[in-house]
Amino acid sequence: MVQLDTRTQPESAPLAPSKAARRRPRRHLLPYLLLIPAVLLELLIHIVPMLVGIGISFLHLTQFYIANWRDAPPAGFANYRYALDFHSAAGKELLHSFFVTVVFTVIVLVISWTLGMAAAVFTQRPFPGRGIVRTIFLIPYALPVFASVITWNFMLQRDNGAVNHVLVDQLHLATGDRPFWLIGQNSFYSLVLVEVWRTWPFAFLMLTAGMQSITQDLYEAAGLDGAGVWGQLRSVTLPMLRPVNRVLLLVLFLWTFNDFTTPFTLFGKGAPRQADLISMHIYQNSFVTWNFGTGSAMSVLLLLFLLVITGAYLRIANRGADDA
Amino acid sequence: MREPTWFKWTRAVGLLLLSLFALVPVWVMVTSALKPLADVQDRFTWFPSHVSTRPFVDMWDTIPLADYFMNSIIVSTIASIASVVVALLAAYALSRYRFRGRQTFSVVVLSTQMFPGILFLLPLYVLFVNLGSATGIELYGTRTGLIVTYMTFTLPFAIWMLAGYLDSVPRDLDEAAKVDGCGPLGAFVRVVIPAAIPGIVAVLIYAFMTAWGEVLFASVLTDDSTRTLAVGLRGYATQNNVYWNQIMAAALTVSVPVVVGFLVLQRYLVAGMTAGSVK
Amino acid sequence: MRVTRLAALALASLAGATALTACSSSGSGSGSDKNPTLTYWASNQGTSLDNDKQVLGPELAKFTKQTGIKVKLQVVPWSDLLNNILTATTSGKGPDVLNIGNTWSASLQATGAFVPFDDSVMSKIGGKSRFLGGSLSATGAAGKPPTAVPIYSLAYGLYYNKKYFADAGISQPPTTWPEFLADAKKVTTPQHWGLSLEGGSVSENVHNVFTFSQQQGGAFFDSAGKPTFDTPQNVAAVRQYLDFIQKDKITNPSNAEYAQGTEALADFAKGKTAMVLWQAASGSLKQLGMNAADIGVAPIPLPDPMPAGGKAVTSMVAGINLAVFKTTKHMDAALKFVKFMTSTPEQKVLNKTYGSLPSVQEAYADPAFTTPAVQTFKSILSKSAAPLPAVAAESQFETLIGTAVKDMLADAASGKTVSDSKISSELKAAQQQLS
Repeated sequence: MVQLDTRTQPESAPLAPSKAARRRPRRHLLPYLLLIPAVLLELLIHIVPMLVGIGISFLHLTQFYIANWRDAPPAGFANYRYALDFHSAAGKELLHSFFVTVVFTVIVLVISWTLGMAAAVFTQRPFPGRGIVRTIFLIPYALPVFASVITWNFMLQRDNGAVNHVLVDQLHLATGDRPFWLIGQNSFYSLVLVEVWRTWPFAFLMLTAGMQSITQDLYEAAGLDGAGVWGQLRSVTLPMLRPVNRVLLLVLFLWTFNDFTTPFTLFGKGAPRQADLISMHIYQNSFVTWNFGTGSAMSVLLLLFLLVITGAYLRIANRGADDA
Repeated sequence: MREPTWFKWTRAVGLLLLSLFALVPVWVMVTSALKPLADVQDRFTWFPSHVSTRPFVDMWDTIPLADYFMNSIIVSTIASIASVVVALLAAYALSRYRFRGRQTFSVVVLSTQMFPGILFLLPLYVLFVNLGSATGIELYGTRTGLIVTYMTFTLPFAIWMLAGYLDSVPRDLDEAAKVDGCGPLGAFVRVVIPAAIPGIVAVLIYAFMTAWGEVLFASVLTDDSTRTLAVGLRGYATQNNVYWNQIMAAALTVSVPVVVGFLVLQRYLVAGMTAGSVK
Repeated sequence: MRVTRLAALALASLAGATALTACSSSGSGSGSDKNPTLTYWASNQGTSLDNDKQVLGPELAKFTKQTGIKVKLQVVPWSDLLNNILTATTSGKGPDVLNIGNTWSASLQATGAFVPFDDSVMSKIGGKSRFLGGSLSATGAAGKPPTAVPIYSLAYGLYYNKKYFADAGISQPPTTWPEFLADAKKVTTPQHWGLSLEGGSVSENVHNVFTFSQQQGGAFFDSAGKPTFDTPQNVAAVRQYLDFIQKDKITNPSNAEYAQGTEALADFAKGKTAMVLWQAASGSLKQLGMNAADIGVAPIPLPDPMPAGGKAVTSMVAGINLAVFKTTKHMDAALKFVKFMTSTPEQKVLNKTYGSLPSVQEAYADPAFTTPAVQTFKSILSKSAAPLPAVAAESQFETLIGTAVKDMLADAASGKTVSDSKISSELKAAQQQLS
């Protein structure tokens, strides 16, 4: 592994101090010029479509208007009321899907982080074969999602899948019928399993990267203080990994919460109710029932939720960082 | 540092279990790709009844896999290179200059990571089509549209990671180059970029993998002639028979380039992330 | 100057990349000259997308030879077709001519995206009377000009394995549900099941439940177009369908997982099951290697005794329609193409290849369409097939009911008992989501 100088510049360092005064005008223009391509792309692909999407959420954009969507009648907050009316089926389903997604995200986050952390600690010190083990761990992350998830789909088939072959034919664990993994209650656990399989290597990668900047001296100092394996983990590794963890948890949260490819590849267009993640639910509501107004309203609600959570998280995490 | 015996044992068992977990699907993919059709239509077996390379031959005929492959290669390659170029420019500005709007730009770009794709899928589609009829620049149904979309998807992460990386490249280096008579961009090209190679490679891998695996937008923004692997592979499921052996062979074939590339270059990714995340 | 040079370089390389990749043609050909190029979206009727191209290619060449009009063919998989039509409708940039599932007719009609086939348009393609009445009933809401014309007609039938029936000492296919259940139990053996279902498929579920509901005298929409999902008749229809797994045990619970739209039929072809409810499938069964002498087909059974108000419906009107996008710049060429595709010779060629039924009367004179199987389907289509509700919300109805049934079937398959009240509340919830 490449050893890197990871010193960071202090945030407030004065920049290009001496000659700045002489060539001020152009100096001030340069950063903006450099940003132009990025800004244009962001506007075209992210910002403008998002604003249009918010606009659509206030329209009755149903099948009667999609050919002339400019004529779609304004809906005010009707789409939001429809989505949030928890007494009707639509609101209940949205709420259900939201809770499924929250539970799913929390479980996946905890397991993925734990596995990633364990793997990173286990491979922190050199031993014969470490390079191979690290490579193996990264394979699930490197595989294209659609290729690996379709393999899981094959493995989770009831009659001819590998999972039931192990559980039923080889270990004789099932009492009675072969269990289903892609429909019914178990589909939720299948989704968790596949998602954990895909994400823990990323946690491993980030944590391994973070551990490379922890110098051996710190462990030796802790060792002299009598700290064992656990003690070193608690007093050195975890505190030093705090900045990495701050980012890692947020990134994992956003990816898992918004994940569409995994459920879509695993279950196809209609996910089982028990594994109805919010992104699939909204897809279903917009594209399958042709009501883009309500679909957009649900997306906006989701975006608001994510903004609040992320904002709160960053505030708390940064305060924690300042205290540290 | 001595390690207690219990730790060594835990480590051995833990690593073994984790390796198994990571590898079982890979094993299934590889062995199933070598099975005759009858094997995959009956009870699962860990080994093929006899090794057949037919799936690797037949898979090209069942669906136009070669076309999808070509599309994916073109789209992913150009999108990842273009993304790095754009991100590098932006990251340099963020890393080396303090200017009005810097904070706003960072926050807005990073927060786009939060957008549920579904929110702007339809608007983006409509935008592409209208741009096409208004300006003649065809984005819908073309590889260009997909490239522009994917490069933007990876921009937030790429800019963030490269800015972190550039921050870790000592500023003395640019100053030294400037003293040698280079302008700010001369310093950028001659000094900063070479020093940032690990970060650049990391972003390249990330961007390539993202583009290679994206499903949702590809399913709506491509047509028959521009369909990518991520969407095209579904074609195997719409046949009269579910050819699981061919699906696995195709999945394996489309994975190999990415996985090999990733594994060869992973040290850059780790290095790039270290710099990016410690910021 | 360095700044501008680098910026220019970056822009140029981007532009270069753009130019390099912008090689796709721009959809429907430009210019309304004498030899326009039409874009045609065909649905996946053959054994693969490639197979469709091979089937349609020579026919399209014939059309080009006759008229000088070129056709750019795109075969769209079923999983993408509706999405693509929707997005094309939204953007106003679609193909000139396209295939649609005929059950979507009323829904797509409501979007106003397609050219209505009123009498003057109809006369340009040879007139309404050429078409088979039953197929024409699934081309849009009643009282409005059709939004599309049928090209491939299909109906559901009960396919049964003659060998398994003979082995069990059954000489005739069942005509009533009690007979069916008795026979199904006889042919459910340790080696094979009685009936296979595509239980994970939204559309198969809703098609079957619709037919059962018609037999019970039920309806999913009343005459005013208001949804009536949770009527006792509909509950009974769903229950009958679920009971194949839950109570009668004639269907392998695994079938609840079948979602590709091919697996139940493949099971039948391979002898894993003795019966399947399927649309005309002789082509696929042959492809799957089933012995032609073993294949029997009969109308889907009817209740005995018939419930009050029950209808002798044994199938929905299934099939594929051809529609013309309103935004086409080549209306005349597009209609010529429709006329060509619905002409008697093309109807013969295409339906023979795909194993479907011609939608025009004249084509049936061909000996290929006088086989017993084709006769059975023709008689089903003309006598005992009912179109799915021709309301704008039809596509939502299909999705909501199909999904609800799929979820209930999953419960039944995993050993939970789905009661009538549960069915009723699921149907009610589906109805509430209709917007």
